[in-house]
Amino acid sequence: MAKKAPEMEDYKYGFHDKDVSVYRTEKGLTEQVVKDISARKNEPEWMLNYRLKSLEVFYKKPMPQWGGDLSELNFDDITYYVKPSENTERSWDEVPQEIKDTFDRLGIPEAEQQYLAGVSAQYESEVVYHNMQEDLENLGVIFKDSDTALRENEDLFRQYFAKSIPNSDNKFAALNSAVWSGGSFIYVPKNTKVDTPLQAYFRINSENMGQFERTLIIADEGSSVHYVEGCTAPTYSSSSLHSAVVEIFVKKDAYCRYTTIQNWANNVYNLVTKRAVAEENASMEWVDGNLGSKLTMKYPSVLLTGEGARGHTLSIALAGAGQHQDAGAKMHHLAPNTSSSIVSKSISKNGGKVTYRGIVQFGKKADGARSNIECDTLIMDNESTSDTIPYNEIMNENISLEHEAKVSKVSEEQLFYLMSRGLSEEEATEMIVMGFIEPFTKELPMEYAVEMNRLIKFEMEGSIG
Amino acid sequence: MAGSTLEIKDLHVEIEGLEILKGVNLTINGGEFHAVMGPNGTGKSTLASAVMGHPKYEVTQGEILLDGENVLEMEVDERAQAGLFLAMQYPSEISGVTNSDFLRSAINSRREEGDEISLMKFIKQMDAKMDTLDIDKNMAQRYLNEGFSGGEKKRNEILQLMNIEPSIAILDEIDSGLDIDALKVVAKGINEMRDDKFGCLIITHYQRLLNYITPDQVHVMMQGRIVKTGGPELAQRLEEEGYDWIKEELGIEDETIGAK
Repeated sequence: MAKKAPEMEDYKYGFHDKDVSVYRTEKGLTEQVVKDISARKNEPEWMLNYRLKSLEVFYKKPMPQWGGDLSELNFDDITYYVKPSENTERSWDEVPQEIKDTFDRLGIPEAEQQYLAGVSAQYESEVVYHNMQEDLENLGVIFKDSDTALRENEDLFRQYFAKSIPNSDNKFAALNSAVWSGGSFIYVPKNTKVDTPLQAYFRINSENMGQFERTLIIADEGSSVHYVEGCTAPTYSSSSLHSAVVEIFVKKDAYCRYTTIQNWANNVYNLVTKRAVAEENASMEWVDGNLGSKLTMKYPSVLLTGEGARGHTLSIALAGAGQHQDAGAKMHHLAPNTSSSIVSKSISKNGGKVTYRGIVQFGKKADGARSNIECDTLIMDNESTSDTIPYNEIMNENISLEHEAKVSKVSEEQLFYLMSRGLSEEEATEMIVMGFIEPFTKELPMEYAVEMNRLIKFEMEGSIG
Repeated sequence: MAGSTLEIKDLHVEIEGLEILKGVNLTINGGEFHAVMGPNGTGKSTLASAVMGHPKYEVTQGEILLDGENVLEMEVDERAQAGLFLAMQYPSEISGVTNSDFLRSAINSRREEGDEISLMKFIKQMDAKMDTLDIDKNMAQRYLNEGFSGGEKKRNEILQLMNIEPSIAILDEIDSGLDIDALKVVAKGINEMRDDKFGCLIITHYQRLLNYITPDQVHVMMQGRIVKTGGPELAQRLEEEGYDWIKEELGIEDETIGAK
């Protein structure tokens, strides 16, 4: 059988549809833009005030001088709010046709019918479609877009909003706090188990668009929930910005898993702040798949505030030509017998750059706490690079910390071995890469694992020199 | 249909500029088992790797033909597709890829798209071969060679051989590091392959494997060449008397590569 030449293909989700927005703010960020967004949403005054204060914080904070290169990010060139349609629909039929077409092409909401308990679809700044299984609603589970939750569940919303990530946290958290729109709000009542995943899908369609969703998840005592988000955007010559804030509260004995499969086009700056608070015996898991984007800076964190709380981050990052994935995890051990583990798998190819950046902190009260960090990098060629930057802060002597880092290349011997059994060089390379990320994909729900494998194969195509 | 024919003619091979093989001639037909024996450092493993196309080995002269086709122009995977197989002395470990997924991909790489082996058929076939080789069923779900003992790796090579069913196989020191029980099991697997469509080249230091697999021809390699060929009795004599008598007979002082 002749050897097939690898085919080059473009980013699959790079198409864009025509702009059907019903309203968009002027380009650039002013107080007026923030007031506009708030007024459009008929928000309570406290939220408007918070937004305006956040804007001040944003102006004051300097650009981060660490991590990735942000020098080409121009805040004046971005549209901060685009309203794609008048309403959030519960019936797919009522979503405007153009938007529906987009999501159809992305395979939503077919997925919902098959295996999801609830789906939310955000297009530009607003959630255009939202639905959840009735039995969950009857159990008191709340799964709404954040704007609707602010209107309908204001007290609950206000009780948790910005409590784990204040606007002073970092420049991009401040930005999000000023102009946030959309995102998911989830509340799972005490001792309620949501067995199938809740999913949100985020799509940017416009050029120079900023998407600033705000997600808030509260898993009450003894409850459990799995939330999955997916993201894509069209390929444009100029950049878009995605800057989300995700706050999670995992109460005593509760369990939350947050799975992200992001596959942004490689002109998107993806600067996201994610933080969870895990109380006594609670368990928080971040499963984070970073494909695409121009620059990703994202370090999901867990504040382990209750005795016996557990935090787990499992991430993969893949950087190709012109891309930088600066990603990692943070674990803050603030109570006795807390435990955490971080598993980071990075792949760089065609001159891409991957950085693992992480913090593990043991506070004075963290007696008996333990953490295990494992960073593996696979470098596909000589132009690509990888960096591992772990910080450990230890204020208590009675802890245990293990760190393992490994950098490998696809070896000639491995390729020879696999090819001697009949696999082409491309198939052999793909097999080695898929094996490398297997600890990640095996944690995904089946359908996502299949999708993830497809995406990785797609990314790896044409990467054989 | 008779099996394939592998012809190695006047093969010269260099590794990093150093000539290792200095004119090897050998023909293996379907149905034949050949053994290549010889002390360490005489070029046996180089012969195996060069035939399979390892990128480190450069063929500077000579020919390798499989049923008349020029093997030297083929990529490694094309050689495999054409019917060659190499059971390696040190098989690579591939993390995250299960043994059974790998084996199925290998089988399917020889089949057309749409004609892949069915999962049930594959499992049945693999299970049967695992029984023959006395392999724990768990091994199917373990990652390819990762954490395998030396003996497990060797059995796994033979498991692949039995499932892939090549027309010509080269077994590079498949017996090294095996205890006598494992050796018998591996030999049983190889003997099961014996039919007139399958040709095999067994590379070994020791005669003991040949107590269980009777070769049709035995070749002795020294200084990068085959210096003597005979029947099974040659292996027997080597076992009893060592290699010195051959060296004496041929006037060789140092049998290793680079020696004059």
